[in-house]
Amino acid sequence: MNPVRKKRLIIIVAILLGVAATVGLGLTALQQNINLFYTPTQIANGEAPQGARIRAGGLVKEGSLTRSEDSLTVDFVVTDGDADTGIQYRGILPDLFREGQGIVALGRLNENGVLIADEVLAKHDENYMPPEVSSALEKTGMLKHYEDGQKEARK
Amino acid sequence: MNWTWFHKLGSPKWFYEISGRWLPWLSISAALLILVGAVMGLAFAPPDYQQGNSFRIIYIHVPAAFLAQSTYISLAIAGIVGLVWKMKIADVAVQQAAPIGAWMTVIALLTGAVWGKPTWGAWWVWDARLTAMLILLFLYFGIIALGHAITNRDSAAKACAILAIVGVVNIPIIKYSVDWWNTLHQPATFTITEKPAMPMEMWLPLLIMTIGFYCFFAAVLLMRMRIEVLRRESRTRWAQAEVARQIGRSA
Amino acid sequence: MSFDSFSEFLAMGNHGVYVWSSYGISFVILLLNVALPILARQRYLKNEARRLRREAQQ
Repeated sequence: MNPVRKKRLIIIVAILLGVAATVGLGLTALQQNINLFYTPTQIANGEAPQGARIRAGGLVKEGSLTRSEDSLTVDFVVTDGDADTGIQYRGILPDLFREGQGIVALGRLNENGVLIADEVLAKHDENYMPPEVSSALEKTGMLKHYEDGQKEARK
Repeated sequence: MNWTWFHKLGSPKWFYEISGRWLPWLSISAALLILVGAVMGLAFAPPDYQQGNSFRIIYIHVPAAFLAQSTYISLAIAGIVGLVWKMKIADVAVQQAAPIGAWMTVIALLTGAVWGKPTWGAWWVWDARLTAMLILLFLYFGIIALGHAITNRDSAAKACAILAIVGVVNIPIIKYSVDWWNTLHQPATFTITEKPAMPMEMWLPLLIMTIGFYCFFAAVLLMRMRIEVLRRESRTRWAQAEVARQIGRSA
Repeated sequence: MSFDSFSEFLAMGNHGVYVWSSYGISFVILLLNVALPILARQRYLKNEARRLRREAQQ
């Protein structure tokens, strides 16, 4: 490579590294603002602001869902494995909502640490499979195993 | 390594001839692959156990999103080649690939919104992945606008190349946003390095569609670049002969 | 084939609106991307033909 081209290439690489470093630092500083939701652990540690509208996200705990008899109000618990957050929501839940599913709820924490949500979004994972496969896996109790295996493989 | 092909690329005439030979093959493969992929994805792939049939949107959403990002990377590479080696054809590539990339980003964002509504329960969420993708669209708009706003061709080429190169830092942000931050968007399903997170009959249409979209991009890019090359070379004898031949054929 | 009838295929298990609208929009955009350069090429050739004719007359 002739020296003029080499010099231009070095300048470009230097600019790119500078921009990347700046953006990287900026994003690190904004880390918490970029996260879409707080995990139950963060809420338990008091990292989430009281009284402000926040999003809480986690897996719906098995057996925690209770529907009220006379209204659309539902109560459930989301967990990230270490901590739990109670959520109360009034309205129609998304199709994908079920126990064990990842969800994100938008609302305010009350004084008991329960999130009074006015919006619940379902989070989907990256695994897709036909219904027959999933029911076969479920029958043999392998679905959980399969999902854990997928998660492990990713790490 | 033999670099003659690289230096030949600098010759617009050579590019025009070779691209004319590739274009029909690329167009045919793009049309066939997209048609076959769409039919397989819409009618033959099984529905997802959770999302049902709305999951079929993946066969457009993922290839378009893939292409939107790859196009930007190729813009940056063409930008570097244009700045360092002063190759004119690289500037043509930057100017002509940017609109295609912008359209692909639009497809990815629109299909994502339509898919998000039944799946998540919202058209749009300001999570890191979606926001970074929107920034990608604005970067494309910026490059297109710069190219049109600066009348001097060399300055326009330089400005677009620099914007393309600087903006490339957004690509790893898009890719890793789902790992670095809490997002509503799920991690990647379709990766080259890992075992696919879906069975073969779901994955094959996705592969076919993705290859089809790449062929489509290549075909449209060559079509656009060939016109631009003819326009820029209109003072040379070969371009005048080619234009005369084309006029004679269409008259 | 994962559908039993054509009406089921159209309905997409009550997600029809979402699936067909996203495929529809995308194909329109893809076709637009093909049509634009073809039209641009024809326009350029027409302009060049006009210019050449004018120059021949002079």
